[in-house]
Amino acid sequence: MSILVDKNTRLIVQGITGNEGLFHTTQMVAYGTHVVGGVTPGKGGEWVLDGKLPVFDSVKMAKEATDANATIIFVPARFAPDAMFEAADAGIPLIICITEGVPVQDMMRVRNYLDQKKVRLIGPNCPGLLTPGEAKIGIIPGNIAIPGNVGVVSRSGTLTYEVLYAMKNLGMGASTCVGIGGDPVNGTNFLDVLEMFEHDPKTEKVIMIGEIGGNEEEKAAAYIASKMTKPVASFIAGQTAPPGKRMGHAGAIIEGGAGTAADKIKALEAAGVKVAKHPEEIPTLLL
Amino acid sequence: MKLHEYQSKTIFSKYGIPIPKGRVASTAQEAKQIAEELGGRVVVKSQVLVGGRGKAGGVKLAKDSIEAEQLATQILGMEIKGLPVRKVLVDEASAIDQEIYFAITDDRSAKKPVIIASAAGGIDIEEVAAKTPEKIIKVNIDPLLGMREYIARDVAVAIDLPREYWRDFTKIAMGLYEVYKNTDASLAEINPLVITKDKKLVALDGKMMIDDNALYRHPDLAEMRDTDEDAPSEIEARKYGLSFIKLDGNIGCMVNGAGLAMTSMDVIKLFGGEPANFLDVGGGADSKKVAAAMRIILSDPSVKAVLFNIFGGITRCDEVAKGILVAMDEVKPKVPMVVRLVGTNAEEGRRLLENANMITAETLADAAKKSVEAAKKGN
Repeated sequence: MSILVDKNTRLIVQGITGNEGLFHTTQMVAYGTHVVGGVTPGKGGEWVLDGKLPVFDSVKMAKEATDANATIIFVPARFAPDAMFEAADAGIPLIICITEGVPVQDMMRVRNYLDQKKVRLIGPNCPGLLTPGEAKIGIIPGNIAIPGNVGVVSRSGTLTYEVLYAMKNLGMGASTCVGIGGDPVNGTNFLDVLEMFEHDPKTEKVIMIGEIGGNEEEKAAAYIASKMTKPVASFIAGQTAPPGKRMGHAGAIIEGGAGTAADKIKALEAAGVKVAKHPEEIPTLLL
Repeated sequence: MKLHEYQSKTIFSKYGIPIPKGRVASTAQEAKQIAEELGGRVVVKSQVLVGGRGKAGGVKLAKDSIEAEQLATQILGMEIKGLPVRKVLVDEASAIDQEIYFAITDDRSAKKPVIIASAAGGIDIEEVAAKTPEKIIKVNIDPLLGMREYIARDVAVAIDLPREYWRDFTKIAMGLYEVYKNTDASLAEINPLVITKDKKLVALDGKMMIDDNALYRHPDLAEMRDTDEDAPSEIEARKYGLSFIKLDGNIGCMVNGAGLAMTSMDVIKLFGGEPANFLDVGGGADSKKVAAAMRIILSDPSVKAVLFNIFGGITRCDEVAKGILVAMDEVKPKVPMVVRLVGTNAEEGRRLLENANMITAETLADAAKKSVEAAKKGN
């Protein structure tokens, strides 16, 4: 058991013939993920990975032929909104969008449309999902994490790798790691993933990696305080960030005094969450 | 990206939002000429990308063109919050009856655009929000539906706008939403939207922010970028697609990934140091990009040590190491450098840097401690 993905997940890759799409498809297949095909408009009928995976012109065609139930998107930012709309329209219930740099207003339209269709979106601007030993949908290096009982959820990419690696060095494994992405308007949030972890029998403890900007960490804190029975440890990146400047991630900005690391840490500590001073300390708080 | 008041108002006007007559000037001479053309009293307004221009003395009323010239001379010589005033907007003066606040912005929590309006306009809206939140109206817009006239009327009612102005207000609201949508603005703000003594609605001041990620489809707006607010190193970094922000400390940082870059700064501070910058070289950075990043970091004379923290995923550590070597060859740095490579091709990367005389570290905490020590010695 795990959340969101398992060995029954049948994945297609949108943008499978691009550099990144092809590289990571190879990695995902090598990890054991059940990839059933890909989509690149205009390249339908071709095959990739030495003739193992079929390429289709549209998501609809790919779904009809492969019965896919999840898609991962590797297309450039200007095509990503269309790729998400297309996947939702074709009836794919789970979309993971790795693409960075999608304009906010595009994401608002995508998110509101997907909500109407009851489609779950992870990302964009995220490293995807990893259920160690079972499946990886995304770009998290498979060898830095081992199977275990700690659920990990994060807004960041490489910082998540850092934490998974520190866990592995302590012999601590992950049930599922979910990168929800660093954009201000995204699909799945901390709250959604915490709820899934709370109900996942495989997950006994949770690590939540947040950062400055927005108020999703505060909403998560309220959920943890009222509903969560499993212990949570956390870290908030951007404690030294100057206000008003965008720190790489489009969502990581402190505006008008809201969204500061200090506020988030305060809210989490009040909810009984242990907050680490640096990322390598996080797993030690759950020992 | 922020736009100046004069740029924002020009855009507003294209969408049918009434603005005062006026033009922008770079010299006092030009300001005088504009004032003469307008006739009567004018307002001379500094064009800088910070708030609080009025309080800083950057907005003044002139009774005629002679005074406009004098005031323009004065204002064009000013610095407001560290930014030099290079342009002034000369607008006809309006006789004001009431000031309204009206804006459309992103509501990241609701995942929808939001209208923010208040009858208490003209002043800092954050102050109104803090002191009298009940005076602020917020209405979300469904991005798939867009602004509708009934929504605008609802807002007009909520801010007690007299019925005679509803028609004009609705036009302005529809126009401002089109501005917000068509320019990919993250903020389109009119403050104040005034009711003049002769019973007209006019956008007296305007402010816009554009989503940087959307600039690829707005080349006309991208050209309006004013880089005065940015450090030269930030402008240079943008050319290479690096995410870079200059800070006040003395430890240069080069990290892959925004979250990890922020965290590296935090950990430096935790161990008693001060980061000189935020720098995310991005996923899959090649040696060229890394070399550019290193040149930018080392061009800052206050940098006394550099920390490289690379967790290879898409980014390959050997590519990063190659970039470091290229840049070292070019720049011949005299400051100590601490390097930590983990993940994809870390072994190869470390081997490449073996003879480069760098301090190596295993963990992030260790790397941060070593760079703090190195910076102290360098001082």
